[in-house]
Amino acid sequence: MALTFVISGPLRELAGNRSEVRIDRSASSLSDALSLLWSECPAFRDRVVTELGELRPHLNIFVDGESIRFSDGFATKVRDNSEIVILPALSGG
Amino acid sequence: MPNTQHITPRHGDVLVLVGTMKGAFVFHSSERGEWQMGGPYFPGSAVYAIGYDGRAGRRRLWAGAHSMHWGALLHSSDDFGHNWTNPESATVKFPEGTGAALTQIWQVIPGRDFEPDVMYAGVEPAALFVSRDAGETWSLDENLWNHPQRERWVPGGGGLCLHTILPDPTEAKRIRIAVSTAGMYVTEDGGASWRPSNYGVRADFLPEKTPEFGQCVHKVAQSRTRPERMFLQNHWGLYRSDDRGEKWVDVANGVPSDFGFPISVHPEDPDTAWIVPLEADMFRCTPEGKLRVYRTRDAGASWSAMTNGLPQKDAYETVLRDALAVDSLAPAGVYFGTRSGKLFASNDEGESWTSLADGLPPIVAVKTAIVS
Repeated sequence: MALTFVISGPLRELAGNRSEVRIDRSASSLSDALSLLWSECPAFRDRVVTELGELRPHLNIFVDGESIRFSDGFATKVRDNSEIVILPALSGG
Repeated sequence: MPNTQHITPRHGDVLVLVGTMKGAFVFHSSERGEWQMGGPYFPGSAVYAIGYDGRAGRRRLWAGAHSMHWGALLHSSDDFGHNWTNPESATVKFPEGTGAALTQIWQVIPGRDFEPDVMYAGVEPAALFVSRDAGETWSLDENLWNHPQRERWVPGGGGLCLHTILPDPTEAKRIRIAVSTAGMYVTEDGGASWRPSNYGVRADFLPEKTPEFGQCVHKVAQSRTRPERMFLQNHWGLYRSDDRGEKWVDVANGVPSDFGFPISVHPEDPDTAWIVPLEADMFRCTPEGKLRVYRTRDAGASWSAMTNGLPQKDAYETVLRDALAVDSLAPAGVYFGTRSGKLFASNDEGESWTSLADGLPPIVAVKTAIVS
């Protein structure tokens, strides 16, 4: 019973240079899982979501390989041992 | 990530702080002849807000860095950029209940000498944040945020941004701010109430040409030595006020265009100011392919082109609202940056110019300070 968050970019520095954050808890939805992540890594919150709780527009979150933009957003179901990947989207100029 | 060059300025050095679309740079010089550059800081992030706080024994750089991916955060450095704070939580953020999320930090400035722990930040969506503990914590000015006219403010090309903050040099409770596109608002009670203050300023893009509010004010400058004297570069319109901004008169006398973004006033002489006119809102480039800074010595009665050392052929440049600054030395140094990444300096009030850098990312902010 664990969740694995795969992180990249500046989030790694904020997690002690880890590329993964493993949390030995269960969650039923991505929203619940992220609440656990914010507790473990408080600096992630403002960098991943806005003050309104919305995913920043140039980030993507994948739950077990599926983008939450094409599933149920923060209500996406999370299973035991799910892998949750937070990645910068393609953007810039 | 690129290697960052580091600098070690000394007491009395001039700092030129440069914010770009892809990071920040800091130039310093002791005699304004040879310059050393530090940076890039926050590579990849847009730095619209950059400043220096030299009060109360501090030597603190400030930068509002906006990452397209990770959002906007305010950072500070007490060692000229060798190390920057990276706050766990955003210090400038909208409180719950406002229904707003921070898009960009447009301005970070220290308060006046008589309020040594006060800092001000202007952001998008248009709001004023104030810190009373030298930048540790910030709070939203709720009275401006809840102003009844806000619902009729509309974003300009740069978004709905609060881009200018002018704490009055002598009247402690008076602060003037400017928002694109809402115009100027002033408080005379330290932020308890705000009123529009745009009398005489045009809004050519509205049916009513001189509305109470809604102007697209691009930049405002206030004389430190005669605070009644202010200058304003509008979205069409070049103005002067002699009563702290209560009334504005047109001073577009002898300029190739009264469209432009930046305006700066001399640190001592309230009759001297600098602008960089652009051709038009539909073609925001220097007219005739000539990069010209215009200077007035007579409070706007006339303006002269300052061109010595600036390209005068095929130079279709753009200088944005915060990309022109003046230092506090005598003679005054003048500095500006272009969207094409060119940074110019004059150590003789604009009579002659030299290039400090020719290939920076697009420059959006230039500020100066003297190392305390």
